[in-house]
Amino acid sequence: MGFRLSLAILLAWALAALFGPLLPLAPNQIELAQILTPPSGSELLGYDDLGRPLLDRLLVGARISFSVAFGVVLIAGSFGVVVGTLSGYFGGLFDLLIMRIIDIFLAFPGILLAIALAGVMGPGIDNLVIALSVVGWVGYARLARSQVLSLKQRDHITAAIALGSSEWIIVTRHLLPLIAAPLIIEATFGIASMVIAEAGLSFLGLGVQPPDASWGSMIRDGARYMLVAPHMVMVPGFAIMLIVFSLNLLGDRLRDKLDVRSNRTE
Amino acid sequence: MTINLLLSRLISALLVIFGVICLVFLLLHMVPGDPVEVMLGESARPADRAALRLALGLDRPILEQLFSYLNGLLHFDLGQSLHSRQPITELLMQRLPATLELTGAALAIAVITALPLGVMAALYQGKKQDSGAMLFSLLGISIPNFWLGPMLILLFSLWLGWTPVSGRDAPGALILPAITLGTALAAILARMVRSTLLEVLHEDYIRTAQAKGLARSQVIWRHALGNAWLPIITLLGLQLGALLDGAVITETIFDWPGLGSLLVESIQKRDYPAVQGCVLLISVTYVVVNMLTDLLYSWVDPRIRIGET
Repeated sequence: MGFRLSLAILLAWALAALFGPLLPLAPNQIELAQILTPPSGSELLGYDDLGRPLLDRLLVGARISFSVAFGVVLIAGSFGVVVGTLSGYFGGLFDLLIMRIIDIFLAFPGILLAIALAGVMGPGIDNLVIALSVVGWVGYARLARSQVLSLKQRDHITAAIALGSSEWIIVTRHLLPLIAAPLIIEATFGIASMVIAEAGLSFLGLGVQPPDASWGSMIRDGARYMLVAPHMVMVPGFAIMLIVFSLNLLGDRLRDKLDVRSNRTE
Repeated sequence: MTINLLLSRLISALLVIFGVICLVFLLLHMVPGDPVEVMLGESARPADRAALRLALGLDRPILEQLFSYLNGLLHFDLGQSLHSRQPITELLMQRLPATLELTGAALAIAVITALPLGVMAALYQGKKQDSGAMLFSLLGISIPNFWLGPMLILLFSLWLGWTPVSGRDAPGALILPAITLGTALAAILARMVRSTLLEVLHEDYIRTAQAKGLARSQVIWRHALGNAWLPIITLLGLQLGALLDGAVITETIFDWPGLGSLLVESIQKRDYPAVQGCVLLISVTYVVVNMLTDLLYSWVDPRIRIGET
């Protein structure tokens, strides 16, 4: 029912992120006469406490949230998949070591560690991506490992070994394609949680620095003017909620379609 | 519960705690970025930098630093706050009760809303009640707490004037932070209660219970949910991490004087020993609670008392 709508929302998000720089946006342009103007037909989404247009800031923020979320999932995901696959495929001492490291990472409240890391490294988008990736690879590694473990006794692997295929071929041709589905589902939910994480860290002042806009920092700025200008908090909040809702819906759909039971509990 | 089981769990938990401590220390010291430079600014004189480096012990090899940190930990000495000069253990102990109170209340709210919601969804599977509950659940997962919090403040504190805006002293101050923190957990939990219940509702023993004429409510709450406790406890243990993550932001929104807001304040003041102490205490709490969950688990389900087989 709402599935098409959420696909449209995600598409709009991607388009805003990819083509935003081509638009004549003025996210930092100050219109003193418009300070705290609420949304209306002519003013679109209204203006913030400094008289900057919220629509422009929202679109610039879309680019930040999109690139951080995809960037982290790409970095953490590929690192995690490589480590997890190798660990599951080769086993032995390496696997034991990796499992211990994964256990210890899982013993952390993840975002907490990311907050501390980003805090120590100093604010900034690149540090934020590093902090979230350092924490985020573990889930993918564990998933890839358990998938590889359950697959590597299959007949087609044995056949490939018997035929003398190299390990590289076995892993890339015969294992990775089979574990792609659960990983894609995990990544979909991963992007959703990274959108929240980026906004959360920016809310705490650890992401983009003023005057640049991120959805999280827009909420933080708006919280001070909530009584007089609630739109400053509502606009970016709705954006985050719509994106995350759509991603979660998409993830649910994919899981039903691809018929993968999440084996998160081992 | 056998002593053997208890002992082996305890030892593995201690090992994990040790690993957590080392990891926190090494990660915070090895990430790019120089704390001295961040603390003093780029224009600081080299002599000042060297003095601060010496004072923080950052001039020594990293393993030596780790070792002396661990040594201090054995005496519950986490160093001194750079900002207030207070011992960090003292600082942490002042803030711990507020965080425990908040997470406890959030947990209670989550369980109280999720159980009836999940049961309703399962009983009316595919009907309006079900889709309503699942929509709530999807919304609950999708609303970030740093947005839900301000919205609740706007509605209940500013417009209706029912609850205080922030702080911990006024009566009713706990309500909004606890709702803010508990909503996501309630959403996840409701989904799980629903799916667990759906799995058992068609089992023979449920039919037997119905056949012998038990009241519907008794069949649901005693017989069906009786088997759902295990996954619920597991989920709660695992989700506690998310709850502690969320506490950092929730406490910041509401000025709740707990460990999370201490962490954020310490980051803003560049008080690294305090940052490290906060992360350490929260992670260790998480490990300890997970261990307790594990033990509770084996107490609830006799089959899991490994030591007795």
